[in-house]
Amino acid sequence: MTVTDQSSPQIDSHEAEVKVHLKIKRYNPEVDTRPHWQEYDIMLKPGDRVLDALHAVKWKFDGTLSFRRSCAHGVCGSDALVINGENKLACVNLIRNIGTDLTIEPIRGLPVIKDLIVDMEPFFAQYRSVLPYLIANDDPGYKERLQSQSDREKYDDTTKCILCACCTTSCPVYWANDEYVGPAAIVNAHRFIFDSRDQATTERLDILNQKSGVWRCRTSFNCTEACPRGISVTKAIEEVKRAILYDRV
Amino acid sequence: MKVHYHSYDAVIVGAGGAGLRAAIEVAGKVKTAVITKLYPTRSHTGAAQGGMCAALSNVEEDYWEWHAFDTVKGSDYLGDQPAIDIMCKEAIDAVIDLEHFGMAFSRTPEGRIDQRRFGGHTRNHGEAPVRRSCYAADRTGHMILQTLYQQCVARDVTFFNEFQVFDILFDESTGERKAAGIVAYELSTGDLHVFVSKGVLFATGGYGKMFRISSNAHTLTGDGPGLLFRKQIPIQDLEFYQFHPTGIYGFGILLSEAARGEGGILRNGSGERFMERVAPTVKDLAPRDMVSRAIHAEIRQGRGAGPDKDYVYLDLTHLPPEQIDAKLPDISDFARTYLGIEPKTQPIPIQPTAHYAMGGIPTNVDGEVLVDSNETILPGLYAAGECACVSVHGANRLGTNSLLDIVVFGRRGGKAMAEYVAKVPHPEVARGVETPVRERIQALKDANGTMKVGELRTNLQQTMTLNASVVRTQESLEEALTTIQTIKKQYNDIAIDDKGEVFNYDLVEALELGHLLDLAEAFVIGALARKESRGAHWRDDFPTRDDQNWMTHTLAYRQEDGSVRLDYKPVKGGKYQPMERKY
Repeated sequence: MTVTDQSSPQIDSHEAEVKVHLKIKRYNPEVDTRPHWQEYDIMLKPGDRVLDALHAVKWKFDGTLSFRRSCAHGVCGSDALVINGENKLACVNLIRNIGTDLTIEPIRGLPVIKDLIVDMEPFFAQYRSVLPYLIANDDPGYKERLQSQSDREKYDDTTKCILCACCTTSCPVYWANDEYVGPAAIVNAHRFIFDSRDQATTERLDILNQKSGVWRCRTSFNCTEACPRGISVTKAIEEVKRAILYDRV
Repeated sequence: MKVHYHSYDAVIVGAGGAGLRAAIEVAGKVKTAVITKLYPTRSHTGAAQGGMCAALSNVEEDYWEWHAFDTVKGSDYLGDQPAIDIMCKEAIDAVIDLEHFGMAFSRTPEGRIDQRRFGGHTRNHGEAPVRRSCYAADRTGHMILQTLYQQCVARDVTFFNEFQVFDILFDESTGERKAAGIVAYELSTGDLHVFVSKGVLFATGGYGKMFRISSNAHTLTGDGPGLLFRKQIPIQDLEFYQFHPTGIYGFGILLSEAARGEGGILRNGSGERFMERVAPTVKDLAPRDMVSRAIHAEIRQGRGAGPDKDYVYLDLTHLPPEQIDAKLPDISDFARTYLGIEPKTQPIPIQPTAHYAMGGIPTNVDGEVLVDSNETILPGLYAAGECACVSVHGANRLGTNSLLDIVVFGRRGGKAMAEYVAKVPHPEVARGVETPVRERIQALKDANGTMKVGELRTNLQQTMTLNASVVRTQESLEEALTTIQTIKKQYNDIAIDDKGEVFNYDLVEALELGHLLDLAEAFVIGALARKESRGAHWRDDFPTRDDQNWMTHTLAYRQEDGSVRLDYKPVKGGKYQPMERKY
């Protein structure tokens, strides 16, 4: 579908299909000893998503191709992949914008289980390690806690995280050292460290001050570029570093 | 195929809002397992945008009774009023609970939870739109899902992620059928897991993937209702299915009603604000069934936009850009990403999209599953959320009431299950109960037919969107039924490519299609029988509501021979008598 008129947009649903060349990294643990590349040529509309390309292969040519997906519009975080060398969600990138020559691999730094599916357990374990939940021991009684708009704004950006792992698996430090909690875990710690209602700042900062914590970050900004939700991940990590150094939240 | 046996007091199937809210209630009291075919944070609750209504009166006068009236009227009088009263009353506690759990609500200048307008929600029984929806920008569902999952992490809830439910177990040793657990298939290994359990709560979500244009995730395939339907448990009110007015044209991706709550306007191809004609008082904030029908009428009468005149516009261009950035950031991004449209300067092409199942597994207000028109309870079996039908949404759900439904009835269902399992003995389950599942999986893998699952699913989705959506007739429904029955025959002649054990989504998709086909068939049979128009069920050949004959809930049963039998039970009334639905 293309937009042809700017003032009252006209969308052509009969747009001609184009040939898309896919090169996908395949690995079947029941058969293969190592991953290999497989190539496919399929017809898609320019307005189709990369996810539609994967579905076209799976549904028309090869049902054994395995990948995760669910919502198909960038809110569930299932389909983080390396697409033409960069971490992206397959469902928010259109053929029109990304091109007709696609190289698709699993995200890096987590063990590959099959084809494009990696083991997410280490990632979620690191998420859980930063106490990612509100800790507040006061009793607010039968009413809401108050929070000013400016206090709410302080952690707004990091509430957007969908735990897709695009950031963590784009981080060169994480690739080299899987002890590092990684950007996503820090983002989710930030979300509570800067929430005025939370009372466990010290515990979380102590966790992130360990050798697996924020000091592993070398500010390469890969995480910020990879985030499909537009979160300023590196900035959030820097804010946590400053909170540790200057005891300031 | 290896088999693992587990023993629990309570098993929750599904980890969206309802499942997680139930888990918070159950975990810590009794031994609990939560099984999900995704990871909890991938659940479709996360796609909900606009808000969750509760009469907090933080920004203007409001009462839960007004909310209840709107919900009853919105349901076109098919909602059960005692259940609606409970939901609207407990809505206030539910919002406060979420805030205490850490939910990042948007705030008023005084620091209280902010509220905004939403379709069908009015002050004083329809006078004017009211600010009732508590929200977090336009990602309220995401925030609720994250918050509930965070609370489950805090409580160390046991999750079995990426486990596909295949079967339910019953204990019939006492002559009475009681829930006794489930059989699940571990996606990463292909192993089977038998969970023997005193209580089972289904919270598996909707079945919107039976339609082509749909706001639903690929994984919303009616697994809970589909599975229970095959065990002779009826499914209620299937023909009442909501089409959200503003799906992104061609994609069906949801653009929240909050866009109209913030002042957005619907325009036809010639720029006319057509909702002024349809609902003079509340205009663009009429309930979804009415707005979707109005869009359908504009398109059918040649007033649509575009080369095929098959869409209309959602116009936000008159709103202050900073309001769009602050209140509607995500949906603005969706318009940019999928259509290349800048909503601050260009109207967005939209069309109605399949969105929400009002029907589902029949339950009472404590989530207990009811197996007949006498409302007989099946001990130990519970359901909550979109897969269930309490019925609080009747023939048409009001916007925001789904997020409310999952937290209110997730909590109630979980609480009731925790109390039940504390007082009953462990069920009797024979060794080898997983055999039917093992045989079914083997049969799917061994099948060497000629049809592909993807192609059959596309055919189903095409006919449902064309013939059983916003507007229906005898003829269109018969066409849909014939097509579905043909596809069901073809389904017996499928083959899957993947014969492996590890992450065999080919196999899972075949199972899911089976559920969608069964439910779509019962849906269409129910819609054919209901010769009236009520809420989301609009029959062009019977365009009026018939309160004499149809103040009833439909119950569809699958019989031993696979055919569908319909039964009915009366709507539970209350203080609001049916009246004409004008806005």
